[in-house]
Amino acid sequence: MEIPDKSATAPDFAEPPVFAEPWHAELFAMTVHLHKQGLFSWLDWTAQLSEALAAAGKHHTLDGGDDYYAVWLDTLLQIMIAQGVTDDSSVQAMQEQWRNAYVRTPHGKPVRLADDGAD
Amino acid sequence: MPHEHDDHNAHSLLPSEPALRVRALETILTRKGLVSAETLDEIIDVYAHKIGPHIGAKIVARAWIDSDFKQALLTNAESILGEMKLAGRQGEHVQVVENTANIHNMVVCTLCSCYPWPLLGIPPSWYKSDAYRKRAVREPRAVLAEFGITPSQTQSVRVWDSTAEMRYLVLPMMPVAAAGCDEATLARWVTRDCMVGTGIPKAPQI
Repeated sequence: MEIPDKSATAPDFAEPPVFAEPWHAELFAMTVHLHKQGLFSWLDWTAQLSEALAAAGKHHTLDGGDDYYAVWLDTLLQIMIAQGVTDDSSVQAMQEQWRNAYVRTPHGKPVRLADDGAD
Repeated sequence: MPHEHDDHNAHSLLPSEPALRVRALETILTRKGLVSAETLDEIIDVYAHKIGPHIGAKIVARAWIDSDFKQALLTNAESILGEMKLAGRQGEHVQVVENTANIHNMVVCTLCSCYPWPLLGIPPSWYKSDAYRKRAVREPRAVLAEFGITPSQTQSVRVWDSTAEMRYLVLPMMPVAAAGCDEATLARWVTRDCMVGTGIPKAPQI
């Protein structure tokens, strides 16, 4: 059988990107890394995520995109808070700092926190 | 002092709320030394660009042409995948389930989105949707029909519910039209969906 093999070994999947949004990717990577560092077992992670997804699914139907990762984010935050790594108000305050940084930064310039020149 | 133009579009585009929250968490974890941008970039690069269904497709293609490999894969995927450095990264087990003239297998994770990452990469959003997670077990044939798959009436449909500890990969049937192709070409017939059981192998586009 004669089939041109120039791309025979290349993946042939016309798919949307693996991560639809950069924050999905960052969140996923943080979770995998924290697990690898031993902060939680994968069994515990999936148990908590499953519980949170079931609770979220009662209010509206999750489409598996942003809403799925929003539940994932809440779950990771709850675990970090339960472990005393951070707390709600610190996350909220840091989120405000980032919001201000974006608002303050001219378009095209790197966005940095006011107190973190190296960030 | 030069006059500054008052342009309300001049600042950087504000990310969404969850994006800002993820950024906030990342900053906090970075300052505590628990994560670093470099490590996160590496993980993202692996999952976004290196791991994906092309890996599972190679396994399937080899199973199609090497019956010893196929038997070993079906009876003890664990050791085969371990030898190939494709064992689960979160300590999970993998079972390979074979489609036959009598059985069509499909895979779901009803509770969250457990998936054989080393073989297929990150699951697509439909795999994580409530619609798929809730309906795959209840009405698998209806779900398959929406994917354009109609198992014959002589085929029973088996639905495998993945967990943190056990993931599944469907070994689809080799299409008759693919007979005679070499392993690399066969791999191009194998789509992600057919390894989840929601598709069938497709002739590669040349």
